[in-house]
Formats: sequence, C-alpha cells, structure tokens
Amino acid sequence: MDAVTADNLRKSFGSVKAVDDVSIRISEGEIYGFLGPNGAGKTTTIRMLTGVLIPDSGTVSIFGTDVHKDPLAAKMKMSVIPENGTVYSDLTAFQNVLLTAKFYGMEKKEREERAVDILKRLGLLERKDTLVRSFSKGMRQRVSIAAAIVHSPRLLILDEPTTGLDVQSRRLVIDTIRHMNSEGSTILLTTHNIEEANALCSNISVINKGKIVATESPEKLKKNFDTSGYVEVSFDRPVGEDIFSSPGLIRAESWGDKWRLFSDDPDFAVRYLLSVAEREKLKIVSIATSNPTLEEAFVRLTGEA
Amino acid sequence: MDWRVFFRSIFAVTEKNMRIYYFKGPVMIFGLLFPLIMFLTFFIGRDLDIISFFPGFLGMMLFFTASSVGPLITPWEKREKTYERLISLPVILESVIIGDLLAGAVFGVLITAIVLFVCALFLNLAVVNAAVLLISMVLGSVAFAALGTLLASPATNNPSNIMMLSSLVRLPLIFISGIFIPLGELTGLYFILTSLSPLTYIVDLFHGALSGNAFYPAWFDIMVIVSVILVFILAAKIIQRRNLVKGV
Repeated sequence: MDAVTADNLRKSFGSVKAVDDVSIRISEGEIYGFLGPNGAGKTTTIRMLTGVLIPDSGTVSIFGTDVHKDPLAAKMKMSVIPENGTVYSDLTAFQNVLLTAKFYGMEKKEREERAVDILKRLGLLERKDTLVRSFSKGMRQRVSIAAAIVHSPRLLILDEPTTGLDVQSRRLVIDTIRHMNSEGSTILLTTHNIEEANALCSNISVINKGKIVATESPEKLKKNFDTSGYVEVSFDRPVGEDIFSSPGLIRAESWGDKWRLFSDDPDFAVRYLLSVAEREKLKIVSIATSNPTLEEAFVRLTGEA
Repeated sequence: MDWRVFFRSIFAVTEKNMRIYYFKGPVMIFGLLFPLIMFLTFFIGRDLDIISFFPGFLGMMLFFTASSVGPLITPWEKREKTYERLISLPVILESVIIGDLLAGAVFGVLITAIVLFVCALFLNLAVVNAAVLLISMVLGSVAFAALGTLLASPATNNPSNIMMLSSLVRLPLIFISGIFIPLGELTGLYFILTSLSPLTYIVDLFHGALSGNAFYPAWFDIMVIVSVILVFILAAKIIQRRNLVKGV
C-alpha cells in the first residue's frame, strides 16, 4: 500500500494558482524528497496533504484513508513538523512531548518512558524540565521533532526541517530522519538543501510554479541532465566573467575564488580554459571536472540560476 | 468518525488551554480580583439592594470570566505559530472549538463558584433552587465561552485586534442585558434590546434560582441559552472552516 496518494491537487489563492494539478505517490518505507524554489508550492502542497488546508479539488489518502473525509483516522497515521509551526514556549520540553503523545492516545507510562527516551536521543534530557521559551532555534526544532516522533508515526512529514539550524542540530535532525526510516517510518521531506535531499531521499519530486516538473530517483534525475558537466578552475588573480565567452559554454558561475564553466563537452571546456589562460597570461592554480549534480538538474528544472 | 479519538482530542485541547492560558498566576489573580473590583464599582456608595442585584452581579462575573481568555487563544497561537502544528495533530475543527470552549467554561464556573461561595459567607444569600443555580452556571459558562471562541475566529494573528472586537461586542451586551433594571419594568425598544443579550436569560435563571423571582419560566431561559450556544459554535465553525479554505 502507498503511504501517500495525492491525486490532482489544486489550490488557488485569489488569482494565483499556488498548486496546479499535483499528484504524488509515496511508497511505504521510503524517504521522499519534495524540492522546489521559494513560492513553488511545496508548503501549500504539504498543508493539503496533512489536512491543514482544504484543496480546491483533488484527493489525498494516507495509507488508504482520505485526509479530508476521515481526518482523525488519517492524522493518527502521520506526524507533521510544519515549516510555520513550533512547540509551546510556555511548556517545558517534556510537557510538549507529553502533550502531543496525549493527542495520539498513548498511555501515561508509555508516553513518559518514550518522551524521556527521545529527549535523551536528541540531547535534551538535561533540559527536559526547562521552558521551551529559553531554548535556541535548534533546540526548539529538536523538541518539535521529539514531539512529532513520540508515537512512532507510520508517516513523518517534515517541511524544511533543517532551515536555519546550526551544523550540530542539522546533523541530529538528519540522523533522526534516518533512524525513524530504519524503524519503518515513511518520510516525506521538503527542503531547499539539494545535497541533503540527494543524501537522504530515494525519490524526489521537483515542483515549480505549482506544478510537478520531475519525479525520479536522485541519480536518474541527474542522468537526465548528463550533458551538463562543469569544469571548476581558479587562477592566480581575479578575473571577470567577460573572459569566458565561447559558443561551447552554457554559462560561467563565480564560485568563491573559483569559476565554474558549464558545458555539454567538458573536453572542450578544459581546452578552452587553457587557451584563455594562455591568452590572458593567467596561471591556473587548480582545475577539476565534475559530473552532473542534482543542483544542476534542479536549476534546469526550475529555470532558476 | 472515531468518536474515541474525537473526544480525546477535545480533552487534550482543553487541558492544553487550561495549562497554558488559564491556570497561570496572573490570569487566576485577575479572575478573582475582577469580581471584587466590579462589586466595589457597583455597590459601594450606592443605595442598592445587594441581594436583589446579586443575580445580575453573578451573571456579569460569569460572563466576563468565561469569555475573557477564549478570544485570545487562536490569534495568540497563530502569532506564536503553534496553531498550524495543533491542527496537524489528530484533531478536527470541532475538537479545537469545543476544547477552547470547555476550557473557558471550566474557568468561568470555577471563578464564579468561588465568588458565590465567598459572597454567601458574607451576604445573607438564599438559594431557592440549587438545581437551577447549577444549570444556569454551567449553561452560562458554556454560552459565554462559546462567545469567546466565536470572537477568536476571525482570521488574524494579532491578539490586540481581537481584544478590540471582544470589547466592542461584550461591553454592549452587558449594558443591554437586564442586569441593572428588572425585566418586568422594561417596555418597548428597551425590552427588545434586552431580549437580544444572552446574559439576560442567565441573569433571569439566577433570579429564579436565588430568589424565585424569574421573569421567564426556567425552561424558556434554558432553551434560549442552548440555542445561543449552538448558534455560536456553528458560526465559529463556519468562520474557522473558511479560514482553512483560505489558508489563513
């Protein structure tokens, strides 16, 4: 059985089509990524999948239960960490987790044991009786995750879970996602972080301007754009974009103290760079070629550089 | 629908509200001090018969306490960004509305019961019908808490907007209700205006319970209050559902 089945979801806000005929299938047990630029319709789609927003048309089923016809049964099977949602500041970390567990009908002893276990795993046990009000963003997000996984949901939906987090908190979140998946939870993850999606997800949908523009595994998605490798080069002194001008180049991007030259033909790009260095009397400090990346696929699909 | 999950969600929302919004020092102190201030405002230095005005005073207490915090909960949660998380839990709109309502009602009954008990110690209060007194306190608190939930429904994440709306609605309801002038002495437009306030019927029930001098029969007051509760809940549901459609 599919964990999530969404068919022909549509949602408009006034004259703006936020989500336009989006359909998604997520198999049980997979980690599914939902990528898109800002305003592409990711959060609106997630809000419809979780029953928070009523779609103009279309249906959503969670493990076979229609979210809008039987919301209580559908919501019992999932847990959500909304992008625009947080935990209660006036409760402690422990109270927040226990409160969520109550909504899912866990017995007192079970919810207390599980809450302690999860808070320990997320590095919050020592602060469990501290009001969340005094927590940093990363700690709040960990409490949010602890509350969301306390009942071991069959489906865990995370909307931009690592945005704005420090490295440690980000790693904890990613580890928790992997851990939950290994325990059998299906994961739906929206993210801006393409490498994160690449590392975690078995399948990815890319949404742009309210429409799904691709659904593939990360490797297949990259292969679809396998003509577009790049050469990364750095010179001994700064140069401008104007020196990279040739019909064989797709584009040149400044990348820190380096330049990335995207081309259908890496061999041509390397030879061209050598000729540019010769012509401009530049010394090449480093040069490397790269295979197509998921980021490149994402940029091509969403039309944004 | 799984009714067990539904009722559980109502009680979880109620408990959450009681813990976060009601059972806090400042709110409890306000709840208990407010009746004292109102008492002093209305009775000190004026030649009023405390016993005959006591039902109106009690009704006003119930009205203010049960409907004071409820209007702020939803806008506050929207501002704090906890609302989105709440409605993604196993709840439906009705659970949130009834849970909010129950929390206000429990707070209203509790504070009013304390006020009634303290006043009974110092004033020579008689209770003619204890059952009607109990019913009127419960129904009144539910009705006024339902008003609070309805006032919380407009799409805003700014509690001060709702506070303004709340004052705009609640204060006139006090003044047009039959608190200050016995219903039997009102005629024409005044009587019609008074009939529009749900507080009128609660005060009338209190009159019946404490002195036996009710204007309407108890069944009529109860019927009106139950209808008002249903209308408030239905209106809150319609507005909040519309918010869900609009995504606000």
